[in-house]
Amino acid sequence: MLKDITLGQYFPGDTVVHRLDPRTKLLLTVVYIAALFMVGSWGGYALVFAALAAVTALAKIRPKALLKGLKPLVFIIVLTAILNLFFTAGDDVLFRWKFIKITYTGLDRAVAMVLRVLLLVSGTFLLTYTTSPLAITDGLERLMSPLNRLHVPVYELSLMMCIALRFIPTLIEETDRIMSAQKARGADLETGTLPERARALLPLLIPLFISSFRRADELALAMECRCYNGGQGRTRMKQLHMAGRDAIAFVLGAALVAGILILRRLGI
Amino acid sequence: MDPVIHIENISYTYPEAERPALDGVSLDLFPGVFTAVLGANGSGKSTLAKHLNAILVPTAGRVTVDRMDTADEAYLIPIRRRVGMVFQNPDNQIVANVVEDDVAFAPENLGVEPAEIRRRVDAALTQVGMYDFRLHAPHLLSGGQKQRVAIAGVLAMEPEVLVLDEPTAMLDPRGRREVLAAVEGLCRGRGITVVLITHHMDEAARADRVLVMDAGRIAMDGTPREIFPRAEQLRALGLDVPETAALLARLNAAGMHLAADALSPEECADVIKEALCR
Repeated sequence: MLKDITLGQYFPGDTVVHRLDPRTKLLLTVVYIAALFMVGSWGGYALVFAALAAVTALAKIRPKALLKGLKPLVFIIVLTAILNLFFTAGDDVLFRWKFIKITYTGLDRAVAMVLRVLLLVSGTFLLTYTTSPLAITDGLERLMSPLNRLHVPVYELSLMMCIALRFIPTLIEETDRIMSAQKARGADLETGTLPERARALLPLLIPLFISSFRRADELALAMECRCYNGGQGRTRMKQLHMAGRDAIAFVLGAALVAGILILRRLGI
Repeated sequence: MDPVIHIENISYTYPEAERPALDGVSLDLFPGVFTAVLGANGSGKSTLAKHLNAILVPTAGRVTVDRMDTADEAYLIPIRRRVGMVFQNPDNQIVANVVEDDVAFAPENLGVEPAEIRRRVDAALTQVGMYDFRLHAPHLLSGGQKQRVAIAGVLAMEPEVLVLDEPTAMLDPRGRREVLAAVEGLCRGRGITVVLITHHMDEAARADRVLVMDAGRIAMDGTPREIFPRAEQLRALGLDVPETAALLARLNAAGMHLAADALSPEECADVIKEALCR
């Protein structure tokens, strides 16, 4: 049952978007988020939406997949809309009923905020949909590598991240096994009040913790046997290469920001 | 010929243990030889294995790998590069979530050039028959496949000696066969020295040399043909004999006169057939 959880949400593929250097994609995601906050007109939102749609099409990601990713956020989006709709001060009243008052400014704000949240989340989803967790870790490590000089253990952090990702399926499998074992001995994990259920989790968590420590111990030993000696003097099999397409991506990113600023100035 | 690993009268006692786990072991391991180590639980086989690549350093005595003393910290990395080690649980040895990235881990640690790492990774995966799976996620592989990936991860260091500590204990019969075939291939085909710690007599029967450990000492040392006919002595040490040896011993006890050292099923069948036709 726990196996159904999808992790990382990476859709393997071989499109231009997939092949971009992970560093490019990470940086452009940051640019995209910043650009989204610079938007000052409806035309700007249309432009960002067009850019997002273009990348989604290029990456051959089905729009349905993006919408599915937004599902858990429905509550936050609705809340954002309600707060902005009802609690924005203003004189240009559109609708009034008893104490409820909706203003044009409020409507404007609500739609803009909802659009912003939707575009922000979809944009970051595109990153994880087209970049494997490993590539993201790798890209982050290299973007952060100047921090090495400040004695931040960048390689160790990225290795930790990589190992954590590697062990998620293993630990899920183990949890499943322990759950079955405890259920076979009559443990009741599904009924009862909340405190009762929380207490019922203990016999699940304790064996899981103990076995994780044992695994960590064995893994450390195996790593030492494979000459692990910290990040110093390490080489990498896979070198990241910026290619022509990365340059084009950066130019397009800059064009997006410029377009947003121009539309804002023009007030379209 | 010089031994790859030379062990000189070593003893080892775990911290806070009363009895030594190893008690005066001397042993020479020669290049290209497939050695199996047998022994009941607690006989010291795993402790001995951990002395071969300086995970443990003997409390008394000396271990040298290519003349390098394992007690000397300066030789730690060169020793571990020469003596690769594979453990029981493949899940706890795999670091990365793509097969080829995991195999690249050791040479990356050693600072090998990227192009050379690529070559070694491909070669190691080919040797264990896992090249087609190089882009897979390890957790989707079977136990035998995972263990072969773990072996490839060690092979990428280009070691002289491969130590395997019960590598088949958690595998199903098919996984066991796959792993054992890979290990035998490395020894016979590539001349890698293999030390296989095992509970399975049929695996040990395929080795060139069998060591039987008991209470921290080497109780028996010889070729499988010398060791397995001594069924009584093996049982006294808490071990079984291969099914073929057991059958021959029972037939001999019942009054037949068969050669007791026919270990493979084919040889065993031949010996019995010959006796019946006589």
